[in-house]
Amino acid sequence: MAEILELQDVCAGYDGEMVLKDVSFAISELDFIGVIGPNGGGKTTLVRLILGLVKPMQGSIVFHNPGERNLIGYLPQVSQTDKKFPITVIEVVLSGLMSVKQGFRAYHRSDRVRAVEILELMGIGHLQKKSIGDLSGGQMQRVYLGRAIIANPKLLILDEPNTFVDNKFEHDLYELLGELNKTMAILMVSHDVGTITSYVKTIACVNRNLHYHRSNIITQSQLAAYNCPIQLITHGEVPHTVLGEHIHIHTHE
Amino acid sequence: MSESILDLFKYSFFTNSLLAALLASITCGIAGTYIVARRMVFISGGITHASFGGIGIAWFLGLNPVAGAAVFSILSAIGIEFVASRSNIREDSAIGILWSLGMALGIIFIFLTPGYAPNLMSYLFGSILTVGPADLWLMAALALFLMLFFTGFYHLIIFIAFDEEYARVHKAPVQLFKYLLISLVALTIVLNIRVVGIILVISFLTIPQSTANLFTNNFRSIILLSILIGIVGSVSGLMISYYWNIPSGATIIFAFVLIFGIAKTVQSLIIRSDIRRQLGR
Repeated sequence: MAEILELQDVCAGYDGEMVLKDVSFAISELDFIGVIGPNGGGKTTLVRLILGLVKPMQGSIVFHNPGERNLIGYLPQVSQTDKKFPITVIEVVLSGLMSVKQGFRAYHRSDRVRAVEILELMGIGHLQKKSIGDLSGGQMQRVYLGRAIIANPKLLILDEPNTFVDNKFEHDLYELLGELNKTMAILMVSHDVGTITSYVKTIACVNRNLHYHRSNIITQSQLAAYNCPIQLITHGEVPHTVLGEHIHIHTHE
Repeated sequence: MSESILDLFKYSFFTNSLLAALLASITCGIAGTYIVARRMVFISGGITHASFGGIGIAWFLGLNPVAGAAVFSILSAIGIEFVASRSNIREDSAIGILWSLGMALGIIFIFLTPGYAPNLMSYLFGSILTVGPADLWLMAALALFLMLFFTGFYHLIIFIAFDEEYARVHKAPVQLFKYLLISLVALTIVLNIRVVGIILVISFLTIPQSTANLFTNNFRSIILLSILIGIVGSVSGLMISYYWNIPSGATIIFAFVLIFGIAKTVQSLIIRSDIRRQLGR
């Protein structure tokens, strides 16, 4: 598969303090990468680098098709947006088209039709005229996911999509992501390691450095080798730590 | 009352004030909705009072006070927006400094100006009855521009205001729009100082919007409804001030608050009857 973008020896941080060091990493078409790591390890900084919200202090990020405008769809962490802002659900979804619609009277009826289709795909078509503040947390996540995918991006980035979400939606969300992954690459940050490993294809462990694990099965000892101190807990009947049963051959840089 | 309402139109000053009220309702309705949605009421207060410094300096130099206020308020608006985007400076403290600095400069320069001392009261509290054709043309041009801009770029404006970070990810012209919009807010404030005055203009930008916001959460509907509320409030305020011979700016604001109070009561009655219906009583 062709590469979409590549980070080359990137260092990044805020106010002179380095959070990520010498990260080299590429995302290809139809990848499904789970990003895990301890809090403060740089997961969100990695996302913000790819989104262009943080500039690398060193190294560079190469986009292989820089002319393309619908490159990235983004679902932010449970939102920092003002919940009392007077904006309707359908308008929030339409805002996902911003990268291609910046001209005078750029939005048309066909865009609204598309936005309604997306809302129906999310199972919340009936909420289209509601204002964003009237929704529950799960409904709001659906709306933001709709905004992220309306432009058919090449890469969908999700930052902790399963925070504050009901179990029903979490299941639907992963089903939907599997479906979307047939047409777009997905990069998903999650603290819920046990759950994501059953959906993602590969895992990136981020703790100041990035270790790319080309398999969706990872063991505690591998995590230790990656300097990635997190507990693996699966959601069986009794929470337990996953160990062993590692059959895939993996490489890591 | 010896004369009917129609007789009032014989006086050009009265027609002018009605036109001013109408144009103020349009410009404040649009700009105020942006202010309220982005929670910029305090910033707008700062810009308003900073403009007084421009009035004072222009007066001292023998220039047009409105032009002085426009330059001063646009510069301070851009300055505040710039400070707000640098997170290491406390934005509200910066606004507080600018707020009082503007007033201080205005008072000092007007005091220093030799000879005729201008009527400070008319800037502080407005004088809608003295609005002339030149003011009206300026207000009309601003109203036209705001209407065109907000219809043409409606979506981009609210998307950037709603989620700036998302807009930056999508390469929307975030900085351009923020500076352009804050400058339009500043211009709206300056041109409406003639109508209700520095101290009262902020309520023209917030009370109709807050009233409209009781009934709708749609940006476009808030604009339209607050223009309507602005017209009803300012025209009735104007009439009352004329017949009772009390200051027009203050009366207009009082009318707004009255409308807000009535609307709030109506809204809570509606909510209460909804709850009762849902409880099946």
